[in-house]
Amino acid sequence: MSQTDNVANEWPLWEVFVRSKQGIEHKHCGSLHAADAQQALHMARDVYTRRQEGVSIWVIPSAAITASDPGDKDTLFEPAKDKVYRHPTFFVIPDEVGHM
Amino acid sequence: MYTQSFNVPDAPIAAAGPREIKPVLTPEQQQAMDRAQSQFDRVIDADGKIEPKDWMPEAYRKTLVRQISQHAHSEIVGMLPEGNWISRAPSLKRKAILIAKVQDEAGHGLYLYSAAETLGTSRDQMLDALHTGRAKYSSIFNYPTLTWADVGVIGWLVDGAAIMNQIPLCRCSYGPYARAMVRICKEESFHQRQGFESLMVMMQGNAEQQAMVQDAVNRWWWKCLAMFGPPDADSTNSTQGMRWGIKRISNDDLRQKFIDATVPQAKVLGVTLPDPDLKWNEARGHHDCGQIDWDEFWATVNGNGPCNKERLATRVKAHENGQWVRDAALAYARKQQQRLQQQQEAA
Repeated sequence: MSQTDNVANEWPLWEVFVRSKQGIEHKHCGSLHAADAQQALHMARDVYTRRQEGVSIWVIPSAAITASDPGDKDTLFEPAKDKVYRHPTFFVIPDEVGHM
Repeated sequence: MYTQSFNVPDAPIAAAGPREIKPVLTPEQQQAMDRAQSQFDRVIDADGKIEPKDWMPEAYRKTLVRQISQHAHSEIVGMLPEGNWISRAPSLKRKAILIAKVQDEAGHGLYLYSAAETLGTSRDQMLDALHTGRAKYSSIFNYPTLTWADVGVIGWLVDGAAIMNQIPLCRCSYGPYARAMVRICKEESFHQRQGFESLMVMMQGNAEQQAMVQDAVNRWWWKCLAMFGPPDADSTNSTQGMRWGIKRISNDDLRQKFIDATVPQAKVLGVTLPDPDLKWNEARGHHDCGQIDWDEFWATVNGNGPCNKERLATRVKAHENGQWVRDAALAYARKQQQRLQQQQEAA
């Protein structure tokens, strides 16, 4: 079997997100290979929640994720750099106002 | 669970692929390359993290692929010596615990394969390297588990040594590897404690049971010390690994930590560690120990240990026997996908 055949027959890759308890967001915890979504869910349960780490799981085909390029980091996030006034601590408020 | 804290080169691919030809770079490309390298160096110097899509030197990538995949293979092959005892466990309780532990090892293998895949190698490529004998795994699994006491000793000593090795890896400069190690280390403590507790129960048993524990300790102790890898003076790879933030503590220092931690545990258990030279050195504040048999260690690494062939053959057989399951699952998924598409088109 050549390398390309191998990859073609490899189960697709899925990204796994687990909600640890009600009220908390789903958090990325890793990835796994599975033939389809249902199998990916079952495997995610066995691989990532063996110790009751979750109450809900999302699985998403890794290929479906669009990611920003780390090389573009500086330009992509540049617009936020000079807007320190978005932080509350930018504004000096007299002490007697108390908590605001 | 079980890294051997040295990075042995895998065997070269028999049919050599296309020779690596260094591309000739234009001055602009060279400049971009230099900038990327100095950015990488800055992150490493600041003890920062490298993530999958960040630029990294090829040698860094290669070292990580080799180390993480060797580590993953170790987890997977590591299931075999203990799996041998699942059907022979002395009680239902011990059987359930052992199944859970072996399942953890499979999970650890998966976390690590996933981490290695982020570096651009495929799962099938890694498995192929293992199954053809090109890739190494921790040598400790090339020794047999002769009695039930071996299962306890593996948990106590082998997993104990692995924990020493793995805790510093949680701070590894490569993000996905570090995150996988955090997850693994959380689960590892169960492995060591269940082993120690099962030995304590045996030590409260009859003379024959106690002798069984001592015999297992005698057979595994030196192998566990060797798990930390060659002495610092002979570890040529370590300097680069340290520079890259992949390796944090030297082989000898980790080994010393393990010995110092284990001596009092052995006392509580009531067993002797099989080393006449093992004694407390007041001046150093550490235990001194005898000479490790490195010839035996290297013979095992290089394929001539008592179980190398058996372990690999079992692994390959399991993989081949599972082929129809993998094919069937994929065929089923594709069929379902097609049906769904046809339904959507018809609607």
